[in-house]
Amino acid sequence: MSAVNAKLKDLLGWVDERFPLTANWKAHLSEYYAPKNFNFWYFFGSLALLVLVLQIVTGIFLVMHFKPDATLNAAGVPVAFASVEYIMRDVPWGWLIRYMHSTGASAFFIVVYMHMFRGMLYGSYRKPRELIWIFGMLIFLCLMAEAFFGYLLPWGQMSYWGAQVIVNLFSAIPFVGPDLSIWIRGDYVVGDATLNRFFAFHVIAVPLVLVGLVAAHILALHEVGSNNPDGVEIKKKKNAQGIPLDGIPFHPYYTVKDIMGVVVFLIVFSLIVFYAPEMGGYFLEYNNFFPANPLQTPPHIAPVWYFTPFYSILRAVTYPLFGIDAKFWGVVAMGASTLIFALLPWLDRSPVKSIRYRGPIYKTFLAAFVVCFFTLGYLGVLPPTPMRTLVSQICSVIYFAFFLLMPFYSKIDKCKPEPDRLTSSGHGAH
Amino acid sequence: MSNDGKVDCSRRRLLVATATIGGLGGVAAAVPFVSSMLPSERAKAAGAPVEVDISKLAPGQMMTVEWRGKPVWIINRTKEQLASLKVTDAKVSDPKSERHQQPDYCKNETRSIKPEILVAVGICTHLGCSPSEKFKTGAESGVDADWPGGFVCPCHGSTFDLAGRVYKNKPAPDNLEVPPHMYLGDARIVIGEDKGGKA
Amino acid sequence: MKKLFISLLFMPVLAWASGEALHLDRAPNKLNDKAALQNGAKVFVNYCLNCHSASYMRYNRLKDIGLTDQQIKDNLLFTADKVGETMNVAMWRDEAKEWFGVAPPDLTVIARARASADGSGADWLYTYLRSFYRDSERPTGWNNTIFANVGMPHVLWEMQGEQVLGADHKLSLATPGKLKPEEYDAMVADLVGFLQYMGEPAAMQRKSLGWMVLIFLGVLFVLSYALKREYWKDVH
Repeated sequence: MSAVNAKLKDLLGWVDERFPLTANWKAHLSEYYAPKNFNFWYFFGSLALLVLVLQIVTGIFLVMHFKPDATLNAAGVPVAFASVEYIMRDVPWGWLIRYMHSTGASAFFIVVYMHMFRGMLYGSYRKPRELIWIFGMLIFLCLMAEAFFGYLLPWGQMSYWGAQVIVNLFSAIPFVGPDLSIWIRGDYVVGDATLNRFFAFHVIAVPLVLVGLVAAHILALHEVGSNNPDGVEIKKKKNAQGIPLDGIPFHPYYTVKDIMGVVVFLIVFSLIVFYAPEMGGYFLEYNNFFPANPLQTPPHIAPVWYFTPFYSILRAVTYPLFGIDAKFWGVVAMGASTLIFALLPWLDRSPVKSIRYRGPIYKTFLAAFVVCFFTLGYLGVLPPTPMRTLVSQICSVIYFAFFLLMPFYSKIDKCKPEPDRLTSSGHGAH
Repeated sequence: MSNDGKVDCSRRRLLVATATIGGLGGVAAAVPFVSSMLPSERAKAAGAPVEVDISKLAPGQMMTVEWRGKPVWIINRTKEQLASLKVTDAKVSDPKSERHQQPDYCKNETRSIKPEILVAVGICTHLGCSPSEKFKTGAESGVDADWPGGFVCPCHGSTFDLAGRVYKNKPAPDNLEVPPHMYLGDARIVIGEDKGGKA
Repeated sequence: MKKLFISLLFMPVLAWASGEALHLDRAPNKLNDKAALQNGAKVFVNYCLNCHSASYMRYNRLKDIGLTDQQIKDNLLFTADKVGETMNVAMWRDEAKEWFGVAPPDLTVIARARASADGSGADWLYTYLRSFYRDSERPTGWNNTIFANVGMPHVLWEMQGEQVLGADHKLSLATPGKLKPEEYDAMVADLVGFLQYMGEPAAMQRKSLGWMVLIFLGVLFVLSYALKREYWKDVH
C-alpha cells in the first residue's frame, strides 16, 4: 500500500513540475477559504455549473440525431420536427436525453434566477465583486440567447412564431431595423437559413462563450473570495497562518455540502423528467407539438416562462415617445430590463451589503420588485387585456424604480450596524 | 478541524459508501447515453429481411441486392464453376469452411443451401471493400493464368473463389460471409431470416 | 410596509380575467388497458389512416400494446409492407389539400398538441370526435361544435349516426347509427386512448423507470446528508 502511495506521489511530483495541478487544487478547492455560514441560497452556484454540464452532455448526444432542416419530408412534415420525434421514439433512450435537455433548459433559469436573487439579498455584487457580477450578467445574457436559439430547433409552431416575433423586435430599431432583421433571419421569413444559423449558434458559438464566461466568473470569485449572508469580509480577520478566522476550506466542507445539494436537485429534476416533462405546458409547450406552419399563427402565442417577465415589459409600453413609435420603446424597455441588473454595483449606495442589516425601505423595494417580477412573468403567459396591460405597466414602473431610485433610497435607509465577524455558521441551519 | 491524522472509521465508511453508490449511479446514468449511439429503430427497420426473386437468374449470372446497407451477391453457378471449387480446395486457406463465416446449413463444399446458388455478403473480410467479380477464367490483371474464376478485391488484392473462399497468403483472413437465408418456394429467397428465426 | 406588500400580492388577482374556456368532456383513461388500446389501433388503422398519416410511428412499435409482429402483419398492416415501417398514407398530399382545403395533419403527436388549459389532448379529441353535426352550409355537409368549420367530414358517422345542432346550441341525435350512443362513446374512448399512447409511446417506460431512479436518489441523499453531517461536525 505505502509503495503504491509513494509511486503515486512520484507521479504527482512529475506532473506538478510540468503543470500546476496541486497548486490549482489548493487555490480553488482545498485551500480556498469560504465563509462558514453559507445557507440555502448558496447551493445555486454549484447547481448552475451542474446544469451547464448536463445541458452540454445531453446536447452533444441530441446533436448526433437532430437534423436542422426545415424542408418537408415525404410525409409532409419538416425534417427538423420529424427528427425530434425520431429521437423521442426510434433512438434508444432518446426520449430520456431529450426530456433531460428540455427540462434542463427551464432548470437552468430557475437555478440562475435563484443565484442572482442570492446576490441581491446579500449584496454580493458590491465592491470588490463588481466584475464577478458583470461576468454573471454576461452569462445570463448568453443563457437567454442560448435558450432563444435552442427554442427554434424543434421547429414547432411555438418555435417558429416565437422566433418570428423576437427577430422582428430588431426591426423596431430606427433606420437599420428592417434590414437587420432580414440579416438575422437570412431570409425574408424565418426559414431554413434561420434554422441552420440558430443551430450553429446554439450548439457551438454561444456555449463556447458561455463556458469561457463561467471560467472568468469563477476565477474572479476566487480572486476576491466569496461573500456571505452577513455581507462581512472574512479576509479582514485572519489567524497567524493567514487563514481567515471565519473561513473553512471549500474542499471537503463545501464539496460534501454541494454534493448533498446536487442530490436534492436531481430528485426534483427526476420528478419532472419522469412524471411531468411537459410541466403543464410550461417546459414543453403544447402548441409546439404542431409542426411549424408559416401560414397560420397559433391563437395564443406566449414565450417560454423564463422570458415572460421581460416580454410583459415589452408589451407594457404602449405610448409613442419623441416621435418614435411604441414598438421601439417597448424593445428598449425590454432590453433595459435585462441589462439594468449590471448597474447594481454602482446603483447601491448602502453602507451595508446584506439584507440582514438593511433598513425597511430597501426591504420594501426588494419585496415590491419580487412581486412585480412574478406578476410580470405571470402576465407574460396570458393574452393581453386592457386590465392586464395596466397592471403590467404599474409593475414595469416599479421594476425600474427599484433600480433607478436605489442610489437615493439605499443611502437614506436606516441600516443596522454590520458585525465584525460572522454571526452564525451554516451548520446551524441544518 | 481535522482529526490529527487519525483515520476516522465512520467517516471513511460513509465516504466509501457514498462514493460507491454515487459511482454506480454515474455508471447507470451513462447507460442511456452510450446506448443512444446504437442503431435506432429506423436503422433496424432498414435492416429487416429482404425477399428476392431469383427466377430470372440464369446459370453463370450474378445479382446484387441490398441487405442492411451491404451488397449481398446471389450467384447461379454453372456446372463448370462448381467443378472449379474442387481445384481451388488446395489454394484457399479455409477449404472446409471451418471458421464461422456461414450458418451451419451452409457449411458444405459449395457453401450454399442449393449447390448452384451461392448467397454471400460482398464485403471483403480484410477491411470492408467490395470485391469485383472476375468470372472469366485465365490471366487478367492481378490474377494468375490458371484463375478459375472468382472475385478480386480492388483495395488490397485479396482473391476469393466461386464459393467465396479466400485464397491463401492474401490480406483477407476469412471467407466471405454467408448471411442467414432461406427459400420460400423454388425461386424466392429471404435474406436475413432463416428457419431459426430472424438474424 | 406589510400592507403595501399584501396589496402587491393581490395584483395578479386583479389581472385575472377568465377567457372563454372550452367545455371538454373528460376522456376515460385507457392507457393501462391493452385490449382497449388494441381496439383503438384497429379503429385508427381502419378509419383514420386512410387520410391521416402517423409518420413517426412504426407498426412494430405496437408490440408495446401487446400485439405480435404476426398480428400486426395480418390485421393492421395496410399502408406498408414491412412491420418496421412507419404509418404513412398513400394519399397524395396535394390532392387531399384540394379536397379538404388543408392537407390532413399527421396524427402521431396530436394527443399532445391538442392539450390546453381547458383539458388534456385526450379530452379534446374525445369531445371533438363526438361533436360532429349536420351542417348543409359546409362543403362536406358536416361541422363541429369545438372545431368550427372543420375541414374533415364525420368519418365515423355510420357508427354514431347524424347529430343536429339545436337552437339551444345543444347536440341531439337525429338519425341513429350502427352503434348505441354508449357503444360509440366507448369506441371513441378506445381510439383516443390509442392516440394518447401513440403521442408518447415511451410514457410507460418513463413512469416505470422514474420510481427506481427516485429510490436510488433517496438512498444517495441519505448517504450524502450523513456524510455532510460527518464533516460539518468539526465546524463550529
